[in-house]
Amino acid sequence: MPEKTYVRRYSAGARLNHWVTAVSLVLLALSGLALFHPSLFFLSGLFGGGANVREFHPWIGLVLAVSFLGLFFRFWRLNLWERTDNVWLTRLRSVLAGREEDLPEIGKYNAGQKMVFWLMSILIVALFLSGVVLWDQQHDWLAANLGLSFTIEQSRVAVLIHAIAAVIAIVVWIVHVYAAIWVKGTISAMTRGEVTGGWGWRHHRRWLREEVARGGKSRPAE
Amino acid sequence: MAYIQPKLDLVRRSASSGAEPALSRETEVAKLIDISKCIGCKACQVACMEWNELRQEPEENVGVYDNPHDLNPNTWTLMRYTEYENTAEDRLEWLIRKDGCMHCTDPGCLKACPSPGAIVQYSNGIVDFISEACIGCGYCVKGCPFNIPRISKADHKAYKCTLCSDRVAEGMGPACAKACPTKAITFGSKDDMIALANERVEDLKERGYARAGLYDPPGVNGTHVMYVLHHADKPSLYAGLPDAPRISPLVETWKGVTKYAGMLAMGAAAVVGIGHYLMAGPNEVSEHDEAEARKLKEGRDA
Ligand code: SF4
Ligand code: SF4
Ligand code: SF4
Repeated sequence: MPEKTYVRRYSAGARLNHWVTAVSLVLLALSGLALFHPSLFFLSGLFGGGANVREFHPWIGLVLAVSFLGLFFRFWRLNLWERTDNVWLTRLRSVLAGREEDLPEIGKYNAGQKMVFWLMSILIVALFLSGVVLWDQQHDWLAANLGLSFTIEQSRVAVLIHAIAAVIAIVVWIVHVYAAIWVKGTISAMTRGEVTGGWGWRHHRRWLREEVARGGKSRPAE
Repeated sequence: MAYIQPKLDLVRRSASSGAEPALSRETEVAKLIDISKCIGCKACQVACMEWNELRQEPEENVGVYDNPHDLNPNTWTLMRYTEYENTAEDRLEWLIRKDGCMHCTDPGCLKACPSPGAIVQYSNGIVDFISEACIGCGYCVKGCPFNIPRISKADHKAYKCTLCSDRVAEGMGPACAKACPTKAITFGSKDDMIALANERVEDLKERGYARAGLYDPPGVNGTHVMYVLHHADKPSLYAGLPDAPRISPLVETWKGVTKYAGMLAMGAAAVVGIGHYLMAGPNEVSEHDEAEARKLKEGRDA
């Protein structure tokens, strides 16, 4: 059996940033869903009741917004769209079947990951802006410090945008988590910061070649 | 202030699949406010504060009689004064409207509320906020077509007129109706109040108010607080009473298709994921991949 090699994929800072985002996103989803459908109101019990959900949800949202901003600046450049991404998309059938030999060599992110990145970026902006409109408790502060005030009609638009954006964000999140589970060997990228060379060869060969060419960043297994 | 839950049957309950079935359906009640009889004395406003133990500091006089300037958690009913220049008839009219919850048959507040049982509708038509279950989210404010509920900054709960549901449960009329010196406010079964309103409208028409009429807006399936208006063709003259109130289509979409389609979309995404895993199996790295990676690295090292 050949000895495995390891390639570094995420720094400790990037991983911490990712997990703060992940935890706040999950807490936001749970607390938000509690108010989304009556059959999910029981989720408010996780937070100690509906009033706490109302109180905590926007603060967690603030954490997410700041944390995601960090991820955005870390990763946006690597998520710029390339021509090979279109090829990847047209061969979605091969992607889903796991036949990666049919796909072009891929850099650090494939088209699916890039779409998750950009969709989440847009959705979080929409959720943040509509969320501010819905944050009644801070309206006095917003009026006093930023001169912002909202009409009831605006808050109706905001609540609809917030609900729709949240549903899409949860679906994108499900895709993201599923991909990490389905593609074996992925999760260690975010836990230990590295993946095996074979993982890189199979899923992100161009990235692996670049890493190897740069040298130093890969090391043999102990 | 202990809240005494009126012994009335529910027909609607917020964020619940169904209300507890009403054993006996009570007669629908209604409060009729005859604006043509109101002299603007505010006895009703005071009686409401008295009965409900609400105290609101008077606000600064800004040149109109409206005081406080808006409904608030301690002011569940408010007299609103409008000076209307009736150019057609060449006269100045003083339109005084008692503002407060309309107790809609189809209440937008209840539709929007996410907290089970925080808003209920009794079988007599009264819409009531149950403070214990209220979480202070303010969704009812967005749902209401009449801009009525107010959230308290003190306890983060929503407040509005209860139509004195506690008094009504004991067979009494609301405090405002009892206090009114001109009988501009009357209370009884909805049918009786409509009949009374029709008499009043006839009378007003004879006295030259050709457009007099009853305000019982069909857009919310009627209300349990109704007005007799001299200008029923233009309700908005009366301090912005909505001409054709209905639950906002934004709220209907939010609480209708978005809610169901959203649950479906999230559920479907999870099911598709599980299905794909079962069909396609895990996407695993082979020993060949590892060997290739090793070769690549050795190529560099060599
Ligand atoms: S007027 Fe507003 S608060 Fe009153 S029952 Fe209708 S929707 Fe609810
Ligand atoms: S503030 Fe209270 S009554 Fe209003 S929607 Fe929220 S939980 Fe319901
Ligand atoms: S008590 Fe009667 S007359 Fe006086 S302001 Fe109220 S409705 Fe008008």
